[in-house]
Amino acid sequence: MTFNLNPWIDLQQVLQYPFMQHAFEAGTVVAILAGVVGYFVVLRRSAFAAHALSHIGFSGAAAAVLIGANPVYGLLLFTSAGGFGIAALGRRAANRDVEIGIVLAFMLGLGVLFLSLYTGYATEAYSILFGEILGISFNNVLLTIIAGVIILILISLVYRPLLFASLDEDVAEANGMPVVLLGIIFMLLVAWATSFAVQVVGVLLIFSLMVTPAATAQLLARRPRRIIVISVVIALTATWLGLFIAFFEPYPVSFFITTIVFVFYLFVRFVTPRIRNFLSGFGESVIS
Amino acid sequence: MSAQDEIISAKNLVAGYPDHIVWRDASFSINRGEFVAVIGPNGAGKTTLFRVLLGLQQPVSGTIKVFDAAPNRGNPHIGYVPQRHVFDADTTIESLELVRLGFSGKKWGLGLFSHEDREVALDTLKDVGAEDLAHHSLGALSGGELQKIFLAEALVSKPALLLLDEPSSNLDMKGEAELLRLIHDVIRSRNVTALLIAHNINPVLPYLDKVMYIVNGKVATGMPKEVLTSSGLSALFGIQVDVVRDSRGNITVAGIEDYHGCQGQ
Repeated sequence: MTFNLNPWIDLQQVLQYPFMQHAFEAGTVVAILAGVVGYFVVLRRSAFAAHALSHIGFSGAAAAVLIGANPVYGLLLFTSAGGFGIAALGRRAANRDVEIGIVLAFMLGLGVLFLSLYTGYATEAYSILFGEILGISFNNVLLTIIAGVIILILISLVYRPLLFASLDEDVAEANGMPVVLLGIIFMLLVAWATSFAVQVVGVLLIFSLMVTPAATAQLLARRPRRIIVISVVIALTATWLGLFIAFFEPYPVSFFITTIVFVFYLFVRFVTPRIRNFLSGFGESVIS
Repeated sequence: MSAQDEIISAKNLVAGYPDHIVWRDASFSINRGEFVAVIGPNGAGKTTLFRVLLGLQQPVSGTIKVFDAAPNRGNPHIGYVPQRHVFDADTTIESLELVRLGFSGKKWGLGLFSHEDREVALDTLKDVGAEDLAHHSLGALSGGELQKIFLAEALVSKPALLLLDEPSSNLDMKGEAELLRLIHDVIRSRNVTALLIAHNINPVLPYLDKVMYIVNGKVATGMPKEVLTSSGLSALFGIQVDVVRDSRGNITVAGIEDYHGCQGQ
């Protein structure tokens, strides 16, 4: 396939294929989920815990593949158990990098064992590690959409208490907030969002959707809801653009997505402050 | 003093854990509008007292009443400024959002159509002289500015009792003096009772109604002139302690150099 240099015609060409429609549908839900949940990951400084969950999910997906089940179920089961375990260990557990690192290395090893026992090793390992959104089935698209809606409703319900506990845990606790329960809910949200995001970018590149968009958005706004909206917009833009480009180029979607969010981050981190400074000279601020 | 004016009352209170008592036999009462400094060395159990008052930790024995009832978690009449906050230079959220959470953070849902918290938060920021910091990132604020924001966060729900855990510990002398004056002015104007944990008695001394010393597992409470005496502190510390006042009213507590953090000079 080649570009026509007419975006409308190119888009029509991309969307005429059911596998691309599925990829866009699932990618959209995953980008929204990752953009929202990612903000709390960044705010709570739990990026490493989120990374660990994706590795724990790897062994779950590999185990599911081994027994012939849908890898998403394995991901959900293992990441949920892992997320619950990390959160239930205690309020500071999500920041216990050494212990989490030990567990994630073991789980990764377990995943390698499961995959070595499976005859289709190379393909499955590749898709779990690096994502394979272009091969997503209709059933998984449906599952992703339903789960995405449920997760977003849950986040909207706990939004303010979770934000409070994430930003100022001791005051939230003194105000009667169930901070341990909120910690468990948060880790479960991360676990579920991770399980679905893995389909798009794989366990090794999960940061590209779960951390980078939110970290970038944080540099652009100062109000949580605004940060979340920008985070979602970045994740969506990267996912859509990545899918679009990957249709015409023989390289993986996850490569394009990670590259796009990285370029976004670099631009915002290093170029935006200069623009802001330049504009502030005129007494204006167009970004915050 | 009527029972209604008694905000906190403790009788033979023992705090800590059954296998590790932090302090024992504390009997005291704190009345409405009083400003009380809680002084003691590191690890003496000052924060434990706050945790008991907040209902986050059960006393081992004895009775404690806050607003004429046993302490309970989430008491809306108590505002709390903890010693530790997790913000760093990367925290870009604006101050106003943190203060808003002090008002509406307990409510479920997104709160998309409620702006009451914003108005109340702005008013409270004005009360602590921090309205110009409302849209500044938390990570960009100085220590003194942050303490104003934390004070606003604690005051935004209009509590009758304020617990401040070493709010001035990271400030220089000038910043500490300004913050303590602000706290004093705010609690007087709002008729709020305040307990403030401090390491240094002198900066807060001009504003105090009572002082509470927690040392060696013992608690002594009273008017500053009653507690801050050589005989009183000697009995509390279990060693010879000399309390000397200079011409400006500053107190030097000599003989407790081994008790880090509670010197009076």
